[in-house]
Amino acid sequence: MNQPDRRREWLRIAGAAAVVIVLIALVDAATHGSFLQPSNIVRVLRQITYNCVLGVGQTFVIITGGIDLSVGSLVALTGVVAALFANALHLGGFPLIAATLVVAVAVGALAGWINALPVVKLNLPPFITTLAMLEMALGASFILAHGRPVALQTTDFQNTGIGSFLGGVTRALHLPSIPVPVIWMVVVIVAASVLLTRTRFGRYVFAIGGNEEAARLAGINVGRVKTLVYVISGACAAIVGFLYMALFSSGSPQTGTGDELLESIAAVVVGGTSLTGGRGSIVGTFFGALLIGVLYNAMNLLNVDSYLQKVLLGAVILLAVVLDELRKRYLAR
Amino acid sequence: MTAPLLQMRGIGKSFPGVRALSDVSLELFPGEVLVLVGENGAGKSTLMKILAGAIPADQGEISIDGTPVHFHSPQDAQRRGVGMIYQEFTLVPQLFAPANIALGAEPAAGPFIDAAAVRERAKRTLDELGVDIPLDVPVAQLSVGQQQLVEIAKVLARNARIIVMDEPTAALSEREIERLFTIIGRLRSSGAGIIYISHRMEELSRIADRIMVLRDGRVVEARAAADFSSDEIVRAMVGRRLEAHFPELPPVPRDAKLRLEVHDLVRAPAINGVSFGVHAGEIVALAGLVGAGRTEIVRAVAGADRPERGDVRVDGRALRSASIGAAIAAGVAFITEDRKAQGLVLGMSVRENVTLAHLGDFVDRDLLIDVARERSATTRMIDELHIRTPSTEQLARNLSGGTQQKVVLAKWLLGQAGVFLFDEPTRGIDVGAKAEIYKIMVELAARGGAIVMVSSDLPEALGMAHRVLVVRGGRIAAEFSRAEATPDRVIAVATGAAA
Repeated sequence: MNQPDRRREWLRIAGAAAVVIVLIALVDAATHGSFLQPSNIVRVLRQITYNCVLGVGQTFVIITGGIDLSVGSLVALTGVVAALFANALHLGGFPLIAATLVVAVAVGALAGWINALPVVKLNLPPFITTLAMLEMALGASFILAHGRPVALQTTDFQNTGIGSFLGGVTRALHLPSIPVPVIWMVVVIVAASVLLTRTRFGRYVFAIGGNEEAARLAGINVGRVKTLVYVISGACAAIVGFLYMALFSSGSPQTGTGDELLESIAAVVVGGTSLTGGRGSIVGTFFGALLIGVLYNAMNLLNVDSYLQKVLLGAVILLAVVLDELRKRYLAR
Repeated sequence: MTAPLLQMRGIGKSFPGVRALSDVSLELFPGEVLVLVGENGAGKSTLMKILAGAIPADQGEISIDGTPVHFHSPQDAQRRGVGMIYQEFTLVPQLFAPANIALGAEPAAGPFIDAAAVRERAKRTLDELGVDIPLDVPVAQLSVGQQQLVEIAKVLARNARIIVMDEPTAALSEREIERLFTIIGRLRSSGAGIIYISHRMEELSRIADRIMVLRDGRVVEARAAADFSSDEIVRAMVGRRLEAHFPELPPVPRDAKLRLEVHDLVRAPAINGVSFGVHAGEIVALAGLVGAGRTEIVRAVAGADRPERGDVRVDGRALRSASIGAAIAAGVAFITEDRKAQGLVLGMSVRENVTLAHLGDFVDRDLLIDVARERSATTRMIDELHIRTPSTEQLARNLSGGTQQKVVLAKWLLGQAGVFLFDEPTRGIDVGAKAEIYKIMVELAARGGAIVMVSSDLPEALGMAHRVLVVRGGRIAAEFSRAEATPDRVIAVATGAAA
C-alpha cells in the first residue's frame, strides 16, 4: 500500500469511528447511561447473532454476484427438521446436540446445493431459483410440522440456546455473562473470514464476482465454487435454524420467515459488500448487522414507536449506503 | 482559411497523483481529419472525455464555431454537435438498429414512440452514409463492423459535426476498414470535422489531414500529415529512438520437437477441420480476416470451448477436451484477446491477478494462501516484464492497456507453460509496450516454448512469426514460410482472391 492509500484508509477508519463514537455518546446521554451498560451491549450482540450468521452466508453468495432469497425459509425448515430429529433420537447430552446440528446443517447444505444446480448448469438467475426454494422450504416445513411448532421433548438444548459461556469467569469479574449463541457467531465469523480472505476458495469467490469469464479462463472450476457458496449460505441458515430451535425449545415453521431475509441482506450491503459482486467482507457484514442491532436497541431504549422504528431503520440503511457511495466517489477523485 | 469548427485552449486536468493534461490546445476545421496519436496514458482519452462532456477540465476553454461552450454533461456536448464513437460500443444489444439510432431522442407521436419515424430516420441516416445493414434484427447479431456503422449513424442522427472515433479499426476486417474510410471521406466532404485516434501507422497517411502527437499530457507535435513521416511520428510519441520495430527471430532448431499438435479439429460453423503443429522455439501466426475462425481455433485448443471432433496433443499427450484446467496443467497458456472481458479481474490487485491461475502454488498445507510468497513472485514478474505499477497491490483497473496486457502475460508466465496461445496480443496498446511484448514472445520461443499468435495486424503477423497459416472459413487455406509470406499473398488467400 502506498502513502496516499494508507492515509485514505486511516482517514476512512478515523471518520467512521468518529461518527460512531458521537452517535453512541448521544444515544447514551439520551438514555441516561443505560445504552453503554455491559449488559445492554451483550444484549445487542445476542440479538444480532442470528441476522449476522445469515448475513455471513449471504456475503459469500453476494460477492459472487448472486443472491440467496431462501435463507429465511431454510431457517424454518432446518429448525423443524432439527426438532423432529432430536425428538426421534434416543440420545442425550452432547451426542444428541452434535447429531442434531449435523442433520440440520446437512439439510441446509442440501437445499443450497439444489439452489445452485440450475444456476450452475443452466445459468438461471439465482433470484428465481432461490425464490423457488423459499416457497418450497416454507411449505415443506409447515407440512413436516403439521402447521404448528414442534416442541422439543428434552431440555438438553437449553445451554446452547440460552446458556452462557464461561459463566464463572465473567461472574468473578462482575461482567455480564456471554450467551452461547454469541460464541457461535464469533466462531462463524472467524471461520468464514479466514475462508474468504486466506484460502484459494475465497480468492476464487472474489474472482468470479469480479469477472467470471476471466476466472473460468484461469482454470478455475467456476461451477464448483458457485455451488459451494450456496451450500455455505444454506449451512449458515441451518446454524441459525438450530440456534433458534435451541432458544425456543421448539422448531417452528414460522421462525425466520419475517424480516430475517431482508435484514440479513441489509447487513451485508450496509457492511460494504457490493450487490454486483467482486467486493465485500465478513467483518463488514458483522458491522452492518451491528449497526442495525444497535439502532433497534437504541430506539427501544428511547421508546420509539415500533412502526416508526421500521421507517427509521429503512432510512438509516439508505443513508448508510448513500454515504458509503459518496465517500468512495470522494476518494476516487 | 475558414474559421475553426472547434477550439480547445489551454486544457489542463489532474487526477490524484497524476497530471493527465497540461496546457493542451487543439483546433479542428470543417472537413478535416485530425489524427490524435500517443502512447497509452499520453492523455488522448482524457482529452476526448473532456470534449465529450464526460469529465470537466480543471483549466482551459472550449469553443465551437467561435462561441465558448461549457459542457456539464455528455448531453450538453451532444447538443452542441459533438459525437463520440467509443472503442467499446454503446449500443443496446437486444434492440434493433433503428431503436439504437434513435435512443434517447425518439420521435414521439403523442405519448408514444413513433415507430415509423424511428425507422424512417434510421433508413435516411444509413442511406446518407451509403450503407445497407439489416434493420430488423437485434444489433447483437450484426458484425462488429456493422455495429460500428450503427454507432456512426447514431451520432449523425443527432446532427454531430465534430465526430471523435477512438481506434475505430481495431476490430474491423480489411474490407470493413475500406468501407469506414470511404464513409470518413463522405463525412469530411459534408463539412464535418473528425478527430481520429489510432495506433496503426499505416492508416495515418491514408486518412489524416493533420496529425497531433500527445505525450505525457502535452502536445509535442502537430503538423500536416504530408510532412510527417511515420518514423518521426513514432519518435515524437515515445520521445526516444526505437530500435527495429520487430526483434530478431532466432531460427527454429532443425531437430526441434513438436510441442503442440492439433489434428482435424471441428467445431461447426467456425472450425471446419483444422490440423497444424508447432515446434519448440517456433512462433506460428494465424492470419486471416475477422470471423475466419482464428479465435475459435485457439479457444478450442485452450479447452475453453468443446470441439465436436479432433484432438489436441501437448508434448505428445492428448488433452481432455473442453477442460481449461487440463490444458493449464499440460502447460497451455491462453492470453485472450479482450483483456478487460476475459483476461483480468479489474477489481483485483496486480498480485491477485498474477497468481490467479496458479494459486495452488501459493498455499501452505493445502489451505491458506501465503500472501508474502505471492508478493515476492509478483514483484519478480513486475521486474522481469517491466510492468509499470506503483505496487503489487494496485488494482488492475487503474493500469494502462499495455500494462494490463503485461499483467495478463505475467499470469501465464508464472506457471511452467510450454505452449502459448496469443490472441491479438498487442491490440490497442502503444508502440513501446508492443515492442516489449514482442521481445517477451521471442524470449519464450528461445526458451523452447511453442507459440501460436492470432493477429489481425498483418505486419505483426508477418514480422513476428516463423510460419504464417492463413485461416479462411474455419480452415487453413494456405501456409507460408517466413520467406514466402508477403502481405499481398496473405491478403489474397485471406479474402479468397487466391487459393
